[in-house]
Amino acid sequence: MKAMLCTPRLRTLALLALLGLALGEASGARTSDPFSASLARLKGAPLEELGAAIEQFASVQDERTSKVLQALLDGRLFYRKADGKVVIGEPAEAGYAITDAASGEQLGTAERFEVKKISLNNALRTTLRETIGRLELNAQDPAVRLRAVQAMSQAPDEKNLALLRARLETERDPKVLDALRLALALADLASEDKNVRLRAIGALQDQTGAEVVNRLNALLEKNDEGEYLEPDSDVRHMAEAALHRIQSRLQFYGAVETLFFGLSLGAVLVLSAIGLAITFGVMGVINMAHGELMMLGAYTTYVVQQLMPDQLNISLFAAIPAAFLISALVGIAIERGIIRFLYGRPLESLLATFGVSLFLQQTVRSIFSPLNRSVATPAWMSGSLQLNGALSLTLNRFYILLFCLLVFALLLQILKRTRLGLEVRAVAQNRAMAKAMGIPAERVDALTFGLGSGIAGVAGVALSQLTNVGPNLGQAYIVDSFMVVVFGGVGNLWGTLVAGFSLGIANKFLEPYSGAVLAKILVLVFIIIFIQKRPRGLFPQKGRAAEA
Amino acid sequence: MKFPLLQNDGIGQAVLAVLAILTVLVPLFNLALPDGSPLHFSTYTVSLLGKYLTYALLALAMDLVWGYCGILSLGHGAFFALGGYAMGMHLMRQIGERGVYGNPLLPDFMVFLNWKELPWYWQGFDQFWFAALMMVLAPGLLAFVFGGLAFRSRVTGVYLSIITQALTYAFMLAFFRNEMGFGGNNGLTDFKDILGFNLQADGTRAALFAASGLSLILAYLASRYIVNSKLGRVVTAIRDQEARVRFLGYRVEMFKLWVFVFSAVLAGLAGALYVPQVGIINPSEFSPLNSLEIVVWVAVGGRGTLYGAVIGAILVNYAKTVFTAALPEIWLFVLGAIFVLVTLLLPDGLTGLWRRWEEQAA
Amino acid sequence: MNPGAELKYPFDAETSGLWPITPPPRDSLHGPILYVEDVSVSFDGFRALNRLSLYIDDGELRCIIGPNGAGKTTMMDVITGKTRPDTGTVFFGPTIDLLKLDEPAIAEAGICRKFQKPSVFEKLSVFENLELAMRTDKRVWPTLFARLTGAQRDRIDEVLATIGLAEQSGFRAGALSHGQKQWLEIGMLLMQDPKVLLVDEPVAGMTHQELERTAELLLALEGKHSVVVVEHDMEFVRSIARKVTVLHEGSVLTEGSMDEVQNDPRVIQVYLGD
Repeated sequence: MKAMLCTPRLRTLALLALLGLALGEASGARTSDPFSASLARLKGAPLEELGAAIEQFASVQDERTSKVLQALLDGRLFYRKADGKVVIGEPAEAGYAITDAASGEQLGTAERFEVKKISLNNALRTTLRETIGRLELNAQDPAVRLRAVQAMSQAPDEKNLALLRARLETERDPKVLDALRLALALADLASEDKNVRLRAIGALQDQTGAEVVNRLNALLEKNDEGEYLEPDSDVRHMAEAALHRIQSRLQFYGAVETLFFGLSLGAVLVLSAIGLAITFGVMGVINMAHGELMMLGAYTTYVVQQLMPDQLNISLFAAIPAAFLISALVGIAIERGIIRFLYGRPLESLLATFGVSLFLQQTVRSIFSPLNRSVATPAWMSGSLQLNGALSLTLNRFYILLFCLLVFALLLQILKRTRLGLEVRAVAQNRAMAKAMGIPAERVDALTFGLGSGIAGVAGVALSQLTNVGPNLGQAYIVDSFMVVVFGGVGNLWGTLVAGFSLGIANKFLEPYSGAVLAKILVLVFIIIFIQKRPRGLFPQKGRAAEA
Repeated sequence: MKFPLLQNDGIGQAVLAVLAILTVLVPLFNLALPDGSPLHFSTYTVSLLGKYLTYALLALAMDLVWGYCGILSLGHGAFFALGGYAMGMHLMRQIGERGVYGNPLLPDFMVFLNWKELPWYWQGFDQFWFAALMMVLAPGLLAFVFGGLAFRSRVTGVYLSIITQALTYAFMLAFFRNEMGFGGNNGLTDFKDILGFNLQADGTRAALFAASGLSLILAYLASRYIVNSKLGRVVTAIRDQEARVRFLGYRVEMFKLWVFVFSAVLAGLAGALYVPQVGIINPSEFSPLNSLEIVVWVAVGGRGTLYGAVIGAILVNYAKTVFTAALPEIWLFVLGAIFVLVTLLLPDGLTGLWRRWEEQAA
Repeated sequence: MNPGAELKYPFDAETSGLWPITPPPRDSLHGPILYVEDVSVSFDGFRALNRLSLYIDDGELRCIIGPNGAGKTTMMDVITGKTRPDTGTVFFGPTIDLLKLDEPAIAEAGICRKFQKPSVFEKLSVFENLELAMRTDKRVWPTLFARLTGAQRDRIDEVLATIGLAEQSGFRAGALSHGQKQWLEIGMLLMQDPKVLLVDEPVAGMTHQELERTAELLLALEGKHSVVVVEHDMEFVRSIARKVTVLHEGSVLTEGSMDEVQNDPRVIQVYLGD
């Protein structure tokens, strides 16, 4: 059935394509098409006739016209003295690099004396500018139209406004439509008619741009004699209301942006804390070298980038498994070499792993020098996501937020659905019983520690995109990540997630009032006090096992 | 010896004897003997030894809470630094018009920040008695408030360690801020004199050394009295079986708080003695690393012995002086290795090794 | 059946348990001294105690048995202040509301507890263990400057004799045998001059001789103190029991003499299954 429907349609398409091809052939073959003919009129026309020539040229429906007109406006349109061919010239060594204005064919370079510039006067330049604006306003590409609208709204004279109004009737693209309405409304603010002004304010109150705010504010200003520049009180009231509305929208966008910053800081906190949540929460081991395992992950990213300098866009993906593996192996080595002798003595394992952290720091310092290494950000991660005039989100933070959620989900699945996860939980709950049931507790310990450490490495990859990569990278995060785990409730991954995000958000909302450092101190003090009130965190483990 | 206090404390007696002799002889040799004499201690050496003694006092404070009460405080550096800042503030006010800007009231850094008047919390520090009170009151009060909250809520073990670390970290961040009024990054320095004596003079240095030695001896005796008392036994019992002690009718949180505050006061005193001898106090004293180093001094010497803390602090810091001068890159490796090896192989520290050897010989 | 069951409290919660504690008269004619009424505790949805009511008479020796998870240890946790119940009341004597006191205050009031695992201070000597437990001013400063009086020494020696550890007075408690540690812990309770002793599994892991000595020790306390013994070892319970309470699923299944209890079909069913 489907195939039968398809066939005739395909045939039509093929036919159309053939037809197009034939037409193209034909237009290329003809030398005196309307475009070429009116192009030819541009050269050598006296100034008084040039205006008409331009008008006629612009009326030709052709893709190439606006490019040629722009070149004319910029003084880059020439004709070759030898054969009279109209060319576009770019200044080059000893002359111009010229291209055929009609065909776009490269014609090599021409000496200055070989070509003659088609020159304009000021009046012509003004008309030409308008003509180009009109052309662009009707261009195929919405981006070109948008640019044209914005350019024309800078010079809101009668002609331009008429053009904009005309375009409003036919425009379909929502972005261009918005820009048109904005431009017209801004222009209407200067109208003599009070009702037009009122309508314009009504249209502007849903905008957020700085220019709108300025123009509305201008309506409320007084002159030197203390009289309002805007005579009508209705208009003033409405402008005030509109400003109010705009301000609250801006505030809302500001809050959304702060929320986003908070979430992205939270993502970093969660990433750096969930590895710890496993080693501390599930195994009861304080790993002070956790921050250094993140540092190793960040350095791994650096090394991977150095190894594949030409594939910057994908090296990050290669760095993730590499960082996981390296940090996990170091973690397993720490567990096998030190921590397994210290189970049940958390304070001792804290001290020993701190010794390891000093060791790792100095190792990295000796290999890579104490200076910060710069890790490049791939193109797809730089830049920002422009949501509207007042709100844009930086892409690298956005991706790290996504990455954090992904890692979290993956970890949850590993603990929930895999054999290793089951064994980890079993050993955490009742070591002796798990052993009795044949679970190799020692191996599970090593693997759990490896898992937690590996995630630290992965967190390091993310960090390398946000901060400097140096030997002290880990130290900056260790206190924070412990706070997140303790705040969320030890042994509870969801608690870690909630704690990380809420601390991140709290931090960012405090920052505007207190400054970054003080915000951090306030959050720390808050957690210290919170732990006094609820020593087991937000989501405590209950029951007798928790009290033991 | 005839002190009943030091019965069964053989190593302690020896350590105290050496300390007493040093306290008298080092300043004497420094001042009385000419430069060329083989027994002469240079003023540099006197200050270095004096610094070690203040570290030993700090380690003693740590041993009381960790070795005897089982509270692994990772924030003792904060108490030390607070005591140091109190002393530093006094010394800053003593500079008076001799500062770079010659302001009679404001320390140089405040003039530099364009401050017009002295903040309220700098008032009174021109009086030595007030500053001296603050040297013990500021750390003591912090320990009282923080410990009071933490012990009442029964925050114990690693949780306590982590939040004490967060505490000192928060202090570090706060003191790094210029707006706090403690000199920001640079801290307090360029001191001129103490109690009217020039800080650069040999005699002042020697006197500061003697004061440190004397403080350490007195603090040792006081600590020994405490750990020998019934309170000492209760505290040890809390370390080993906290719940049991509570069911015996002791208010565990009050005992912990008392020891914690006493220890913080000793740490503050150590900080106050440290600052005039090294000539500077800055926020890095609050860094978590510093507090952890204190723990390792005690661990190396052997915790729960008091003398172990003194010996450990002096040994580790001597090693640090030697290594950072000769092989600076190696020091962190050495320190890291000390942390690992002591916890894995020497749970009772070097003095534990000595005691075991002695028992075997006997 | 139980005189406490009909007892109504003429006190409201506001006036009871006021600080400082005034000890109730020593012997209220063998009436109840400990009232546990309608107490429920749950952990994460699991009901460890389910409207438990229990009354202990002054000077009584009571044995409490029950299968694992019946709530025996949780009951002790509630009485000694370690666990707060969700609902219910716990009174010591007619006036002291135990739910308003914390562990040290309850111990001070005269309820002492021996843990399931022997928990003596292993690094201290036997003598020092008893010294720490002794009923005296237990605030910080008095403790710092405490000196033993002659009378106090005599009291320690007396308890040392009672628990049969006079010879081991200077030993480190950690060096004692398992049974001796259990006795030391009972000795530590005695040093506190308690009115109620809660003894959790005193004979677990003991040899037969040790078990007999423990039975003698506990029987010797009867009359002077109320003693509540939680135990698994039926033979031991039979050797000391006057009155036995059987707990099951967080509430009292039955009470009575050992013979009555053992012949109760519900008890047999609980222990042996269907």
